[in-house]
Amino acid sequence: MAKTNYFKRKQEEYRALDSLDRRRFWTNGLLNNALYILMAAFIIFTAIVNKNFLGPSSIVNIITLAAASLPMALGIGGCIVLTGTDLSAGRVFGLAAGMSAAFLQNRAASKLIFSKLPATTGGWIIAVMLMVMLAGAVIGLVNGFFVAKFSLHPFIVTLATQLITYGLILMFFQINGNGGGPISNLAKEFKTAVSGPAFRIEKWNVSIPWYVIFAIILVAIMWFVWNKTRFGKNMFAVGSNTEAARVSGVNVFMTTMLVHTLAGALYGFSGFVEAARLGSVTAATGLNNECDAIAACVIGGVSFVGGTGNIGGIVLGVFVLRIIFVALNMLGINPNLQYIIKGAIILAACSLDMRKYLVRK
Amino acid sequence: MAEDILLRMTNITKTFPGVKALDNVHLELEKGTVHALMGENGAGKSTLMKCLFGIYSKDSGQIYLEGREINFRNSKEALQNGVAMVHQELNQALKRSVMDNIWLGRYPTIGGIMVDEAKMYRDTKAVFEELGVNVDPKRIMSTMPVSQRQMVEIAKAVSYNSKVIVFDEPTSSLTEEEVEHLFRIINMLRDRGVGIIYISHKLAEIKRISDVITVMRDGTHVVTKPADKLEVGDIIRYMVGRELTNQFPPKTNVPGEVTLEVENLTAQYSLLKDVSFTARAGEVLGLAGLDGSGRTETLENIFGSATRKTGTIRFKGKVCRNRNPRESIKNGFSLLTEERRATGIFAIENIRENTVISSLKKHQHFGLLSSKSMKADTQWSIDAMHTKTPSQETKIRSLSGGNQQKVIIGRWLLTDPEVLLLDEPTRGIDVGAKYEIYQLILDLANRGKTVLVVSSEMPELLGICDRILVMSGGRLAGEVDARTTTQEEIMTLAAKYV
Repeated sequence: MAKTNYFKRKQEEYRALDSLDRRRFWTNGLLNNALYILMAAFIIFTAIVNKNFLGPSSIVNIITLAAASLPMALGIGGCIVLTGTDLSAGRVFGLAAGMSAAFLQNRAASKLIFSKLPATTGGWIIAVMLMVMLAGAVIGLVNGFFVAKFSLHPFIVTLATQLITYGLILMFFQINGNGGGPISNLAKEFKTAVSGPAFRIEKWNVSIPWYVIFAIILVAIMWFVWNKTRFGKNMFAVGSNTEAARVSGVNVFMTTMLVHTLAGALYGFSGFVEAARLGSVTAATGLNNECDAIAACVIGGVSFVGGTGNIGGIVLGVFVLRIIFVALNMLGINPNLQYIIKGAIILAACSLDMRKYLVRK
Repeated sequence: MAEDILLRMTNITKTFPGVKALDNVHLELEKGTVHALMGENGAGKSTLMKCLFGIYSKDSGQIYLEGREINFRNSKEALQNGVAMVHQELNQALKRSVMDNIWLGRYPTIGGIMVDEAKMYRDTKAVFEELGVNVDPKRIMSTMPVSQRQMVEIAKAVSYNSKVIVFDEPTSSLTEEEVEHLFRIINMLRDRGVGIIYISHKLAEIKRISDVITVMRDGTHVVTKPADKLEVGDIIRYMVGRELTNQFPPKTNVPGEVTLEVENLTAQYSLLKDVSFTARAGEVLGLAGLDGSGRTETLENIFGSATRKTGTIRFKGKVCRNRNPRESIKNGFSLLTEERRATGIFAIENIRENTVISSLKKHQHFGLLSSKSMKADTQWSIDAMHTKTPSQETKIRSLSGGNQQKVIIGRWLLTDPEVLLLDEPTRGIDVGAKYEIYQLILDLANRGKTVLVVSSEMPELLGICDRILVMSGGRLAGEVDARTTTQEEIMTLAAKYV
């Protein structure tokens, strides 16, 4: 009943408009929803050209790829809410992946980075996960400290830590005569625990890996942190108006530090999952990953203006980006051209999204 | 008597490199009184308050709160001890909700982790009910007008159970009706025993609301007296240190023929509807009305900084399309914006850069800017406006509000405008500087320019305008002759379409 009244009212409102306003009503409606309309058209088009695109295995593929890149986006989202960014994310991710791989190699392998390590039990796997998250958190802490203490722009700080972290990665890959080569031959237990199937859907002959479950749990935790805790509310307040937060007694320093530290830990977790997914990690792993994460956040409505954005948007952004990447592959587009198309899509998506936030006079 | 002293500041001295901002200032605030703190910009009122809140550390002197010596290190500590401030420049997280802003920095939690939003909502409602504020606690701040945002700020101060509340120019963006509401709230707080420090430039208000008045000048304490023992003239004399006989300069301009014709002006994105009027050369035309009645929107739509839906603008018979500010400037229009700090000055640039920004084209020779001609123009502006500044290289943010405004008026005069649209030209400016701005406006009219002035202060419009257009609910409610009309007539018109 209430719903029909709502539509009736909207209809009357529309009738009351003059021709100039009516045209504007339609253009606005079209432009505000252009992202979804274009996405739908793009998905339909791809599905027609390549029948496999909407098949179960392709959909599971998209879900797993999205789940793998979600934690990093969730971390970077917080930095963007603070009107910042994080360029070090990809390298922190790479370091975490390298460390996870080195600590969780198959003991029977011929070439080991560390020869004296505990047996690959569930306990050790969790210990390694916490260790690489801690490593990420430490780098995040450094980022946060310089941003908060010296009021440096995160762009500069994280540009510097990106280089520093890359140096650490290169040094790490030299340990024990590894000579910078890839670290591979990972323990089976590790791979099973992270990228092994959590459950199978026999009907479609697909299985969902564990890290999809992890990503869902992380999304739930981050949603709670952002919306239901003091820290989350303080983060939005600092991003929206730092000075107001300060004079109201918010500890801006701690909030900034925590956002970056949490982000670092999430990159660490991302890297941990990536090691298990790939089974082989090189010094170049994670290069430029932060660009995809930032793009996903911005597509999902986390604005660089600061103080706006939500977890749902980030999840949506990650999926949109993944769907585009997978679809471009399935359409058999030249990989070189793919970069150009991706760039254009990000530009268009963000321009359309920004339209909604513009205050018109 | 002594136990009624809530806050006592004695022998406060603060020196900045090269300036003594405060020199042995003292202030005593009693329980349940409104203590007005007055003085021109730069007299040291803000510095004194910043010393109280720990934003500046004082060089010497003591501050006692209820007999106990205190030394706040930051505003948080002050708030926790019951000393709150309602800032002139509203400092709020605009993208967040009303209740998020009120409880910012002290969110109630369930079990120490989860923020208790239900409690926040209830408590916000309770405070609003007490103050008679009608705002949804879940509304996003940026969707509300400035006056309501200010009420939120006051509610926040009250919610801390503050013993001392400092109001810094609280009425500068309020309409008369909202000022009445604010005064009711202040009176209620006073009856509860709260001590209120009230900083304002508006003399009539001060006389009405305050019990005690302290006047400061050049960083020193001049006088503290009960409000009923001080006349407006005395206050002005204490503030400027000289006799100021008139609030307004004599009107010498003579309106000539009609130059500006505006027909059926309707805005695309605001409530402005079907506004038509004419203005003459050498005329000062006022625009009165309540906050949000469409005064600012009228100027913005004429100037092309807002999108017009319909409407024709003619200057001396020629149609001006004014699709954007650049085109309008070419057509001889200029707009002094309402919010000086946000849209008027380039705070970190110096006086010269701020002066020549709108007329760079004429300083260009073979693609390069000539610093000689820019310096000459800036000097002309400084001399003509009587701007008080140490040099052309001084950063504009270090000037007082009045001098900043003079720099911006000078900026516009350098574009050779024929029509000047002035939006709240004297907002946040002290008495002495206001007089000079009025003189500048009348000088412009004397030189045959067409001047439109928007103002929330009715005496000001009555004092300097020839005719006044009254806006109401986005429409033109009427036109009055400034010489014969009364404030009552204007208020009646302003309420016509509300």
